Amino acid sequence: MSYEILGMTVLWIFLYGYLIVGSIDFGAGFFSFYSEIRGEKQTIQPIIERYLSPVWEVTNVFLVFFFVGIVGFFPDTAYYYGTALLIPGSIAIVLLAIRGSYYAFSNYGSKNNRFYLFLYGASGWLIPAALSTVLTISEGGFIEEQDGKVIFLWKELFTSPYSWSVVILALISVLYISAMFLSYYADRAQDKKAFEIVRRYALGWSMPTIMASLLVFFSIRYHNLEHFRNMLDISWMFVLSFLFFIAALYLLWIRKHLGWAFIFVMLQFAFAFFGYGKSHLPYILYPYLNIQDSFTNETMAISLIVAFILGLCLLIPSLYLLMRLFLFDAKYVQGKKG
Amino acid sequence: MYEATWLAYDPVIYSRLLTSMTLIFHIIFATIGVGVPIMIALAEWIGIKRNDPHYHLLARRWARGFVVTVAVGVVTGTAIGLQLSLLWPNFMKIAGQSIALPLFMETFAFFFEAIFLGIYLYTWDRFKSKMRHFLLLIPVVIGSSASALFITMVNAFMNAPRGFDVENGQLTNIQPLVAMFNPATPTKVAHVLLTAYLTSAFVLAGIAAFSMLRGKKHVYYKKALKLTMTSALVFAIGTAIVGDLSGKYLAEYQPEKLAAAEWHFETMENAPLILGGVLTEDNEVKYGLEIPYALSILAHGAPNSEVMGLEEFPEDEIPPLYIHYLFDSMVFIGMYLAVVSFLFVAASYFRRFNPYRRWLLRLILIGAPLSMVAIEVGWIFAEVGRQPWILRGYMKTAEGATTSGSVDVMLIVFALLYVVLAVTCLSVLRRLFRHYPAEEELKSDKWTGGGLDEL
Ligand code: HDD
Ligand code: HEM
Ligand code: HEM
Repeated sequence: MSYEILGMTVLWIFLYGYLIVGSIDFGAGFFSFYSEIRGEKQTIQPIIERYLSPVWEVTNVFLVFFFVGIVGFFPDTAYYYGTALLIPGSIAIVLLAIRGSYYAFSNYGSKNNRFYLFLYGASGWLIPAALSTVLTISEGGFIEEQDGKVIFLWKELFTSPYSWSVVILALISVLYISAMFLSYYADRAQDKKAFEIVRRYALGWSMPTIMASLLVFFSIRYHNLEHFRNMLDISWMFVLSFLFFIAALYLLWIRKHLGWAFIFVMLQFAFAFFGYGKSHLPYILYPYLNIQDSFTNETMAISLIVAFILGLCLLIPSLYLLMRLFLFDAKYVQGKKG
Repeated sequence: MYEATWLAYDPVIYSRLLTSMTLIFHIIFATIGVGVPIMIALAEWIGIKRNDPHYHLLARRWARGFVVTVAVGVVTGTAIGLQLSLLWPNFMKIAGQSIALPLFMETFAFFFEAIFLGIYLYTWDRFKSKMRHFLLLIPVVIGSSASALFITMVNAFMNAPRGFDVENGQLTNIQPLVAMFNPATPTKVAHVLLTAYLTSAFVLAGIAAFSMLRGKKHVYYKKALKLTMTSALVFAIGTAIVGDLSGKYLAEYQPEKLAAAEWHFETMENAPLILGGVLTEDNEVKYGLEIPYALSILAHGAPNSEVMGLEEFPEDEIPPLYIHYLFDSMVFIGMYLAVVSFLFVAASYFRRFNPYRRWLLRLILIGAPLSMVAIEVGWIFAEVGRQPWILRGYMKTAEGATTSGSVDVMLIVFALLYVVLAVTCLSVLRRLFRHYPAEEELKSDKWTGGGLDEL
């Protein structure tokens, strides 16, 4: 594998990690608020809180890792995206800031402040939508270089059906992923009442998720035909993704093996996300940036990869400890400990 | 065509303002994020060694406030991380090729810290052995200090870029380790770390002093003061020593920054140090206090050594001269903090003196905001003193900036965001401690049984 493919794969894995943990996190925040309005808060709040409290800061680092890493491996991305993304990027920063700080304010400071709950629930739900516009922009057609100046075409972005279909998918799939995870967690906690509520959420958001995915799949055809053709070449990945979706839904329906159900959800998104990523290559920004030309020098690449491997040796045991204490420890999950 | 420059939109100016604003806000929380874990660790360690529940409670209450500030530190850090690419795309293109390594390693440090902080905060009563819970804090301490180490290496690189060659506008012969361990790194990293510890110790001391000034007398506060003031004295001495070494670094590698900070116009031997004063139009210093030979000593360690003056530099490469005041304020505060912590430690060492006199408590209380001011003016001095360069000697700040047309709007948006965050953060912290005072907590079951005598 060449260095640039290796670098991109590493970054893509972290972005996938963010997609999963971020969705769980943001969706849970949204459900927190939603359940407050519906008066179901007492039932599902405890499990949401027990899972979220120890991990929220970790979620954020996945994102930081991605954007620091991409500037390291592909410095030219800073130039193109940096110039073009000032406004959408700043909106994302503001949402992230509100979400992160009000989560902490509401959990460690003012427990019953409804307004704080609303702020972090709503801002978290919008973050994936804001961030997903970066993927939309990467398809090309929204950035132009004129006289050495990078120009961002606002109007095109706002009037593009493709762009909206991605936003809708982001908004919906966050709730689906999160509800699937919470079903697993509630089941482990042996909290029947909470389980029934989050199961209902998960079932409710499953069909919209698959519809939105199909919408994106077909609207990309009109936006970037080359990418669409590449996707068809590896259509087996998307078919697998769909099969995992069916399997996960089936398990949830019969209320059995919810751990497996969530693993299938992860696989569903893994195949779709990596299929999308693979067919996107070699472009990082169509047609200006491809991974070969924008790659950093070899020395830096090697040192980043070495740092990455050393870092993983540190992180994997630590993450394992975190999961063992808060995810796989049945007593903690059931609220009998800590 | 004539354009009124003060009305014209200039993305460079707004980018500088926005970067400065974000950093000035972030650095408050970052400093607390670096320093407070050490103080929590000390308190918990003493609590275990002496089997003293007061210290355990200190650790717990500090940690509780700490989470709230960490949250703001994390989100503003994410903001500055993204803003670097959004506002300085040309600079980041160069930085990505030459100094990406420590920036990348910083994310691992964050990761490490975040994981163990999550574990630490939710396992107070989970393990039988208290030592095991304490050990979970060690990775937090290492992680936060390591993030400061790595990010300061990036900043050091901007001041003394090394580890690459430039051929036809392309960077070649890149050596990431040389870039990381550039001449500015040792003093800068040491000074930043020590001042973060010093400031955190003073902030926590200030809280205890405030409680005592309001009439609280519990021995809990006295123990808090003793711990924080003793640490502060050690850190203050370290800060002064490394500060002196930073001056020697400047004299050798960034003489224009030192000369501007000292209003030192002519190269000369036996150079005096000027404190305060005002500058007349023809660069005469008035009302300043002159300390003979002191600048030569600061710069080279010998009273008769030669110090380079501003006359040797092209006019457009001289940083703004107001940094003189910033430098003086920082050094003055450094002395103040050292003296106050020394007074307290000496008074508690010689038992005849009462270290909890009101005037001393007041001096400690004032030290808390002052130390934060020193961090701010120190950074502004270091950054403005590097101007006009963003990458000293290679790239001017104006060349690194974005060309985007809407930085002014973003400046307003972020100003609002920071105001909102600051106000909520303060009110949440106040409520957190007001509603559940330490005395009350000490009365609850968990803390009794350890020989708690109310004083
Ligand atoms: C509590 C905060 C604090 C205190 C009391 C001091 N400093 Fe400081 N100083 C900083 C906080 C700081 C800082 C915020 O950490 C800086 C800004 C950039 C940097 O590298 O460290 C800094 C920079 C800085 C620099 C510039 C380094 C550079 O630009 O590369 C010098 C020469 C000194 N300091 C010297 C001193 C001296 C002689 C002090 C006397 C006691 C002193 N500082 C106290
Ligand atoms: C250009 C300057 C800086 C950048 C780009 C930056 C970047 C960041 C980022 C991205 C985060 C969030 C990480 C996360 O998600 O956990 C963060 C937090 C943090 N930063 Fe900064 N930072 C800068 C300056 C500094 C400085 C100067 C220090 C130390 C002296 C510092 C210390 C910290 C610490 C300790 C945290 C963790 C949050 C906490 O524990 O409070 N940063 N920073
Ligand atoms: C690594 C990338 C960094 C970049 C691109 C950067 C760039 C800049 C620029 C262009 C300015 C404006 C200077 C002026 O207005 O005169 C500035 C100011 C400032 N920077 Fe840095 N800097 C970096 C690192 C840091 C770090 C690590 C810190 C530590 C927190 C820091 C602290 C500050 C402060 C406090 C100011 C305010 C100075 C003022 O008010 O003008 N910077 N920075």
